[in-house]
Amino acid sequence: MTTSSESGEAPSAALRTEALEQLLTERGLIDPEMVDAFITNYETNVGPLNGAKVVAKAWTDPEYRRRLLADGTSAIKELGFDGPQGEHIVVVENTPTTHNVVVCTLCSCYPWPVLGLPPSWYKDPAYRARVVKEPRTVLSEMGLDLGDDVEITVRDSTSEVRWLVLPERPAGTEHLTEEELVPFVTRDAMVGVAKVAAA
Amino acid sequence: MEGIADMGGTSGWGPARPPRADEPVFAEPWQGRAAALTILATRVSGRNVDAFRHAQERLDRAAYLDEGYFGRWLNAAELMLIEGAILAPGAIDARARDLRGEHVENPPVSVSVPESARPDAGPPTAAIAAWRSAPGSLRTIDAAPAFAVGQRVRAKDISPPGHTRLPGYVRGHAGIVEVIQPAAVFPDTHAHFLGENPQHVYSVRFDSHELWGEGADSFSVTVDLFENYLETTS
Repeated sequence: MTTSSESGEAPSAALRTEALEQLLTERGLIDPEMVDAFITNYETNVGPLNGAKVVAKAWTDPEYRRRLLADGTSAIKELGFDGPQGEHIVVVENTPTTHNVVVCTLCSCYPWPVLGLPPSWYKDPAYRARVVKEPRTVLSEMGLDLGDDVEITVRDSTSEVRWLVLPERPAGTEHLTEEELVPFVTRDAMVGVAKVAAA
Repeated sequence: MEGIADMGGTSGWGPARPPRADEPVFAEPWQGRAAALTILATRVSGRNVDAFRHAQERLDRAAYLDEGYFGRWLNAAELMLIEGAILAPGAIDARARDLRGEHVENPPVSVSVPESARPDAGPPTAAIAAWRSAPGSLRTIDAAPAFAVGQRVRAKDISPPGHTRLPGYVRGHAGIVEVIQPAAVFPDTHAHFLGENPQHVYSVRFDSHELWGEGADSFSVTVDLFENYLETTS
């Protein structure tokens, strides 16, 4: 027997996701435990804390900083971070006069091993469309005002190269150790839409 | 191809969203499941990362935008599973309606399942592990780079009919090679199972006025472009 709602509103994404999981599981193509493992991994293990550890080390260890800027992938792997969406990571440094900001205009490519999955603003059409055309305005809307003397470079991730920003170490943090600096380093600063706030 | 996914420089999107410090990785539980299922679907349907991006690129505006990033992943997963002859068209919709109590006729889950429909298929139970340890897209090639650091190059003014990673906003514009990146599999052929065709990748720096005209703000954009996308310019 059919109900009157049969031809009604299309099922939600949540319901279609559940349907897809059932169909693939029934056919023996996947195991729901794999889905659980993926979610746990990106909710708890792989996130911006990894990148924060890289940045804090670079701020306190000049030799590591040199290696990181010369070969990001290898220097990041030294700390144990690698995996999907991190085959080749290039690290670029922000200074008082040069500012890098990262985008993927074609999808939402992002350096997963060091930052985890991208935040909603990074995937938003307004950011993807506009940051390559009017970066000062976009950054200002997001809360970062850069002076006219600051040279901006937008990094559009159109290949498998992934970009990570090494933000400026804020003034007033000279007395802090590597471990103490980690909590100050934000995801947004490592993409280039914010600065690391002073301690 | 031209499509909704190629967003660089387009307008009508409103203001950028300010970041939230406490944003969860998955705002709703279905989003995490959709993400994992899409990665698994790519593997079991015999696709690859470039074919996955091409599936997103072919979604219409509503399928791409209406349910956000993970909604577009889910829709791309469905497309890959239909094209890989794993699911019949309408199978997900029918099961979803079933789940909410509509007693609809379920289509056969799949039509026949020829192996040839799944060129890059892997063992399904190893899908996540295989994805995590996959050889990736980088390759070592013998050919010398066609372009040198510091050289002025032009992005070809072409409209590839299939998958491409040459964004519309740089086509026909000139820039300077800043870095020669490691060679990688060419998405335009790999997405269509026409070979890896690995080649050099160049980070090319474009001046904002070259891209957007004299009235533009002053800044530059680097775009990571495959050798086939570039030509010499005077």
